[in-house]
Amino acid sequence: MAYATDTITSKNLSADRPLMTRMVGFVDHLRLNGFVVSPAETRSALATMTHTKGHTEADRQRLKTLLSSCREEWDSFDDLFEAYWFARGKERQTRHASESIVRKTPKLPRAWQNHLDEQDSSSSKHAPQIEEEGHVQTDGKASGRLMASDKAALEKTDFRQFVNPAEIAESEALAYRLARAIRYRQSRRYRLASKGGKLDLRRTIRTNLHHGGEPIDLAFKTKPDRPVRIIVMLDVSGSMKHYSRFFLQFIKGLVGQWAQTDAYLFHTKLIRVTDTLRDKNPMKAMTRLSLMADGFGGGTRIGDCLGVFNDHYAKKAINSRSVIMIFSDGYDVGPPEKMTTELERLKKRVKRLVWLNPLLGWKNYEPVTAAMDAAMPYIDHFAAANTLEALAAIESDLRQL
Amino acid sequence: MTQLPDIISRLADVDYIADDTIATALQLAIDLRRPLLLEGEAGVGKTEIAKALAAILDTKLIRLQCYEGLDASAAIYEWNYQRQLLSIKASETFAGGAKEIEDHIFSKDFLLERPLLQAISQDKAPVLLIDEIDRADMEFEAYLLEILSEFQVTVPELGTIQATSIPHVILTSNGTRELSDALRRRCLYSYIDFPTMERELEILLARMPNIEHEFAAQVARFVQALRKENLEKIPGVAETLDWAAALVGLNTQSLDGDLIQIQSTLICLLKTEADVKSITPEVTSRLAGEAA
Repeated sequence: MAYATDTITSKNLSADRPLMTRMVGFVDHLRLNGFVVSPAETRSALATMTHTKGHTEADRQRLKTLLSSCREEWDSFDDLFEAYWFARGKERQTRHASESIVRKTPKLPRAWQNHLDEQDSSSSKHAPQIEEEGHVQTDGKASGRLMASDKAALEKTDFRQFVNPAEIAESEALAYRLARAIRYRQSRRYRLASKGGKLDLRRTIRTNLHHGGEPIDLAFKTKPDRPVRIIVMLDVSGSMKHYSRFFLQFIKGLVGQWAQTDAYLFHTKLIRVTDTLRDKNPMKAMTRLSLMADGFGGGTRIGDCLGVFNDHYAKKAINSRSVIMIFSDGYDVGPPEKMTTELERLKKRVKRLVWLNPLLGWKNYEPVTAAMDAAMPYIDHFAAANTLEALAAIESDLRQL
Repeated sequence: MTQLPDIISRLADVDYIADDTIATALQLAIDLRRPLLLEGEAGVGKTEIAKALAAILDTKLIRLQCYEGLDASAAIYEWNYQRQLLSIKASETFAGGAKEIEDHIFSKDFLLERPLLQAISQDKAPVLLIDEIDRADMEFEAYLLEILSEFQVTVPELGTIQATSIPHVILTSNGTRELSDALRRRCLYSYIDFPTMERELEILLARMPNIEHEFAAQVARFVQALRKENLEKIPGVAETLDWAAALVGLNTQSLDGDLIQIQSTLICLLKTEADVKSITPEVTSRLAGEAA
């Protein structure tokens, strides 16, 4: 790497370097800091620079408009510009500082090991063996509408008992199928219908041309059900660790299958993970997730997290047909009043609030925690979520919108 | 190539007070002929920029308001079915085959141009304002990408229609949805913030010729301070203008005057119940005292 030994920042302004090299260096510098800049834009940048020779402020404005493409980039541009062209302000990441750009082999990070037990390590230990009836044949119908009933036995297995890779894969596949089953209704445009709805004039006129244009065979169109936007919030605190992996797979399935899903993790903080989950490489996704979710395993502050959501994400994430799904056992260390206030705010925005509690599936479980009590009035659908069957049941709930 | 001070003064001539950021963005958009994506809170004047641009270029403004479910037939083109049916009826007496009828009724005469097609078929390049693109869905973005990159529209029955002039495209977004990267890459980007105190004052003076300079400054200071309060819906420039107009209409001379009147006119600025409740007369009095 020719750049690595070069102290770019000190030589940037020396006149002996042609503008082009410096501009390429600047674009490089932006890319290292997360900008996506195409070669064509570099060219445009050069072209615009040659017009305004010497006027730094104008140059900065022009490059900012040209090279940034969202609010975050817009806000960080000035610092990066200063750092590169004047070696001032924050250094951020420049080439020479990043000689160690060696890509590490993705490995399940420590922070996640409790939650996402790597399959080999967990299979031998504390997980009880699955019952015999768990291994019923798995050739369900490919309709994808909902899970075939012959899967019931496997679905009833408590998630804590998922042990070997095959079963985990199976659970993931079921999550995918559930997501697809819900997604089936997704469409917001008119589409061809056999009868009813509106007359599809375009199609009618075209198909009747052979009758000399006389409309004899009529074509109809109808507006199908509108899609539901799903927002999932997964509690990844210590008390949920047995279920986290499964839910994460489920959420990954949803995010992958359904364009309108937004996913968040929370414990003491709230983190948006939608984009991370969209990553095709699951290992990379998990690595990035762990970087985002530093320091969990302790208690949950549901109220605070919901507050952060209400303040920062709600406007963007929620529309009038949103369902919010909270996966949590309701063990909250924060004050119940805080959660009540935030749930009330949230309830005003969303159409339906679904709370899935893995503990509910246990015999004799009553939602006894103070937090759960406080939350009950705002919940439209409170269900167990310790089996796939329970998850499948929420499809009918989404359908009611 | 136009110079920056030049574009600012031309915008000022049409009563749009621009700062360097906006002027640079517009100038680049004109020079590079690339679409400009404007983001920012509701009420910072994104739509006004497009109107001002159309005014200084002395060209048409074609506006496409986006909404959920917006589709090609509402945004690009649609066949005029009524005319097609009439024409079919009228031509019944002729001995024409299906082919002739088809060629006739799927000709340009029967095409209804919607904003996007209109925008690329003008003689003089218009300003195309695609307002609140974040309200439209992802599918619509895909249509838009074809038009923004190729400036052509494909109608299956007619073939590809090439642009006669490349429009100046301005897209606005309130950030209710993440836009696709492909669309962002296609556009220049500018984030419009609430105006500074000085700029807001200039806007007030430009838009309301009969307002006193000192009073306008008070109004601007008050609104600037109000924006720093913890509000659900931060008042935009349009709200400031409304409020100033209301106060001038009520013959208010200064903000340290009749507090009850000021409080009652705050409905011009505060648009939600929670905001109205949070700005109590005490808060108003404090803000007004600071501003006056």
